[in-house]
Amino acid sequence: MKTSIVRTQGSLHDWLMSERPESRRQATLGRAYGTWNAFARNRLALVGLGIVVLLVLVALLAGVLAPYSPYVGDLQTTRLLPPSVAHWLGTDDQGRDILSRLIHGSRITLYVVVLVAVLAAPIGLLVGTVAGYAGGWVDAVLMRITDIFLAFPRLILALAFVAALGPGIGNAVIAIAITSWPPYARIARAETLTIRHTDFIAAVELVGASPWRIVLRHIMPLCVSSVIVRVTLDMAGIILTAAGLGFLGLGAQPPMPEWGAMIANGRQYVLDQWWVAAGPGAAIFLVSLAFNLLGDGLRDALDPKAAK
Amino acid sequence: MSAAGQAGRVGRSARALRSVANFLVVIALTYLGLLAVTFFIGRVVPIDPVLAIVGDRAPEHVVARVREELGLNKPLYQQFGIYLQKVAKGDFGTSVLTSNPVLQDIRRTFPATIELATLGILIGAGLGVPLGVWAAVRRGGLVDQVVRVMGLIGYSVPIFWLGLMALVLFYAKLDWVAGPGRLDVSFEYSVPLVSGFLLLDAARAGEWEAFGNAFSHLILPASLLGYFSLAYISRMTRSFMLNELSQEYVVAARAKGLSETRIIWRHALRNAMVPLVTVIALSYAGLLEGSVLTETVFAWPGLGLYITNSLQNADMNAVLGGTIVVGTIFVGLNLLSDLLYRLLDPRTRSR
Amino acid sequence: MKHSTPLMSRRMLGVAAACVLAFGSSLTPALAATPKDTLVVAFAFDDIITMDPGEAFEISAGEIMGNTYDRLMRYDVNDPSKLLPDLAKTWSVSADGKVYTFEIKPGLKFASGNALTAEDVVFSLQRAVLLDKTPAFILTQFGFSKENVKDKIKQTGPLTVTMEVDKEYAPTFVYNCLTANVAGIVDKKLVMANEKDGDLGYAWLKTNYAGSGPMKLREWRANEIVTMERNDNYHGEKSKLARVIYRFVKEAATQRLLLEKGDVDIARNLTPQDLEAVAKDKAIKTTATPKGTVYYFSLNQKNPNLAKPEVREAFKWLVDYDAIGKTLIKNIGVVHQNFLPVGLLGASTEKPYKLDVKKAKALLAKAGLPDGFKVTIDMRTTQPVQGITEAFQQTAKQAGIDIEILPGDGKQTLTKYRARTHDIYIGQWGADYWDPHTNADTFARNPDNSDAPKSKPLAWRNAWDIPELTKQADAAVLERDGKKRKAMYEKMQAEFRKTSPFVMLYQQTEVAAMRSNVQGLKIGPTSDSTYMFKVSK
Repeated sequence: MKTSIVRTQGSLHDWLMSERPESRRQATLGRAYGTWNAFARNRLALVGLGIVVLLVLVALLAGVLAPYSPYVGDLQTTRLLPPSVAHWLGTDDQGRDILSRLIHGSRITLYVVVLVAVLAAPIGLLVGTVAGYAGGWVDAVLMRITDIFLAFPRLILALAFVAALGPGIGNAVIAIAITSWPPYARIARAETLTIRHTDFIAAVELVGASPWRIVLRHIMPLCVSSVIVRVTLDMAGIILTAAGLGFLGLGAQPPMPEWGAMIANGRQYVLDQWWVAAGPGAAIFLVSLAFNLLGDGLRDALDPKAAK
Repeated sequence: MSAAGQAGRVGRSARALRSVANFLVVIALTYLGLLAVTFFIGRVVPIDPVLAIVGDRAPEHVVARVREELGLNKPLYQQFGIYLQKVAKGDFGTSVLTSNPVLQDIRRTFPATIELATLGILIGAGLGVPLGVWAAVRRGGLVDQVVRVMGLIGYSVPIFWLGLMALVLFYAKLDWVAGPGRLDVSFEYSVPLVSGFLLLDAARAGEWEAFGNAFSHLILPASLLGYFSLAYISRMTRSFMLNELSQEYVVAARAKGLSETRIIWRHALRNAMVPLVTVIALSYAGLLEGSVLTETVFAWPGLGLYITNSLQNADMNAVLGGTIVVGTIFVGLNLLSDLLYRLLDPRTRSR
Repeated sequence: MKHSTPLMSRRMLGVAAACVLAFGSSLTPALAATPKDTLVVAFAFDDIITMDPGEAFEISAGEIMGNTYDRLMRYDVNDPSKLLPDLAKTWSVSADGKVYTFEIKPGLKFASGNALTAEDVVFSLQRAVLLDKTPAFILTQFGFSKENVKDKIKQTGPLTVTMEVDKEYAPTFVYNCLTANVAGIVDKKLVMANEKDGDLGYAWLKTNYAGSGPMKLREWRANEIVTMERNDNYHGEKSKLARVIYRFVKEAATQRLLLEKGDVDIARNLTPQDLEAVAKDKAIKTTATPKGTVYYFSLNQKNPNLAKPEVREAFKWLVDYDAIGKTLIKNIGVVHQNFLPVGLLGASTEKPYKLDVKKAKALLAKAGLPDGFKVTIDMRTTQPVQGITEAFQQTAKQAGIDIEILPGDGKQTLTKYRARTHDIYIGQWGADYWDPHTNADTFARNPDNSDAPKSKPLAWRNAWDIPELTKQADAAVLERDGKKRKAMYEKMQAEFRKTSPFVMLYQQTEVAAMRSNVQGLKIGPTSDSTYMFKVSK
């Protein structure tokens, strides 16, 4: 029997939080609403969310917000200027305004970070939970494959991609993603092993659920939170890895204002013209702080075990 | 012993033997897979390995001759087969860059990196675990926030920047530690290298001044690496501890009257160690990989630098040798953590 | 309810405190100064792959060879056109210009104690040709081959050596080539004692030493350390310092910190910014020398757009030489627009090009490309190459040329370049020996433009077909009159400036920063003429 949605505000809240939902949709929406409430109660998590939203806005409005062009600079007049009123974060070795480059670079950063998370986390989660649940030789094979990927120096894989697909930030992302998933798999597997023999899993098995259903619907949700924590912690590392790959020529092509590449560039000026690396460094720090807070908040809100 | 009991014993040892055999086969397959993929990637890489040997000035006939000498004109699978044969005999080939057998190069550079990573993980885990516990116990308090932000700084700041700043501060300005490199020039030929671990070799030879100097060189880069793993380990410890402290057995233990300290360290932490072990093992592996930039900044002649340099010159013998070593460590660490897992957590023992 | 529980028992706290104290006290302050009789140099020498003079060709190995192996003659670093005797007392050439005779100084010894006679000289030169490694071309270009070298280079007396070349080369050319490392004299007895399977000691000499120079090589640990010690058997002025140690330090900032603290005496790879900064430090001084290395952009003539003569010229007007000279290469280079570096015979210092976007646009319009075009450039991710490329990208954009940068590491981009699959390449070329032919041979000669040539000079790599210039270069190397030879090279450079697909950028200046108590260091124009044995503290 379907219930109609009541129109007034207060009643909406009551309807969502009702202890006796009358349809699956109501239950799901109610749970989502409850999760959001739990999340919102954590002020720091909101700060994190706020910064991330700010990042997205800056990325969208980069053209409007940046005071100068991120690509044009004058070697003779505006090179390596310290922070001032005209250039809030100073200029780099090609005379370009660092703030403008940061603003435009936020697009690339978002792109890199989201793509790696979207590619690597699900793969890791899947491999880990399947391995943990199935056990036996499936576990052994999957874990050995994981080991092979873990043992792979990222640089080798990156160079292989250059051979196959050419330089560029997209291929750098794929290379990073492919070497990032093994830790997630290991963590997911570790979590799976602890709940594999619990009663409620046994109950679901008894009811006759197929292994895939068990893994996807019951085990994975419980592992998601650990993986999320690890992924958010990785955000900074991912951006910095993209910078490291830039040393090899795989990565953002100049003059792209990718933050990691900007830091790599500022490496030679670190001792005297500290601002060249400091600007992007601070930006990376802020963004990873935001993702961290966000991740923690999500973990606290989503993890049924931590529910108060 | 009854016949059934004896049969049971035989059955169990047969099973044990089979699982050991399985284990070895799996390991061998892992290595084979690792080597094969690296080998083929190495040949696909757009760098001419002959270039590193003969350089840019060599006339074409020298280039062609060296290519023939290295067997690079043979089909790929044949080259791989030859390589495997040599490896089985213990010959990992010669590095074209250093003109030394790869095994000798690795024996020289590997201990340097291990020394660094081990001290790093000791610092990281030694400080990270207690900090994580503290943050979990005083959840939401000042310590919790400070630990989190401190860890975050260590994690989101580029390592070469942090390393250089640390050098500028502790070495150049404060003179608290020795500078880049493993040893001062004056001690260069005074310590006979046996294991390659300077600390151990110096202690063995009784050269205590050299020991102090080596330690002084080691402490800064190791602390740097330790700082990075500390960030991660303390966070995960906090997370696991929070899990444990919210369990019912903690409430029960408190009700029983056990002291809080005992509950935290003896019970909760012990349970949290189970997944934590995996984390620490992963972190150690991560340090080995992350040592490359540290080795660059601190002029540390380790394996990371060796592999990177070989890679950039397509010195495949060296890269393969290095990959085997690194791969062995990773596989070993994972197996170790698996083993510890099974030992520590009765729930994971399959029935 | 929150418990204010003790996090750890008091006992544990005590243990922790004790550990920290023990920790702290073991950090002894390090000895900051270098030993008095040892020179410590911070150097990035990861390009060394061998210590055999018959095989070594890289820059860093070149320097070690220059200090440890003698040759028949050396050139005067203060006036490279003058030749100084090293192992040879006198030298002369026959009337027909083909037979050279050398008299070796008597009573010389190797570092091992073995006597140094004409037999060792002949052995060394023959060995270099027989091994036929990379630098052998410096000798084989005189007509020596594995088959004939035993007849062409002969010992005609206990201290006399004759050498028969195939053409009447300019004698200065021949002598200049004999100053190169590949003509370094090795200890025949010692090398043959370590020979394996008829390899002429090749495998052994890669990591060992058999020379007679002012310093002997004690140890080479790849990418870690090179140690040289004073050779007490040296026939000339003995080295002032007992030891010279090269420490491998890749990061320029780290080198600088070491230098500032006094943990090294000399730092060789500082960047322009570092050099500016240490100029203010009273305890540090610098020395600079123009090197025989030139940097350039080159346009692959296989690309139809780049093959147009107007386009080639247009690119030369699209580089802001002035700005680059004042900023990116300050202290480490000087703008130079010719293929012969200053210091070589016949080098021109004409600088007709400057940044002129209007002119470039007009030229492009004439070529039928008024709106510009797209092109790629292969760039190594090192400085200052990367900075120059990015600046070039910006100025070229002003004329409508859209340059896409393809970054790569050194060997990657080089592989592409040698396969002629690039559009634009930014590279450098250093002199192999101190004679103008070393650069003319590669920039202005392309005897075989096919896809499977016997050699790959830079002109070939850019598919620049130049039969006329090749003839001129061949003639110049046979010209025995110094003045006439100079004029020929000047003519070639004028033609090159106008029509070549090479945009010459600058000539490298090598700078070393050192503690103020270091005396006597002068960097040579080639890698093998930086004499550490003349340095004192």
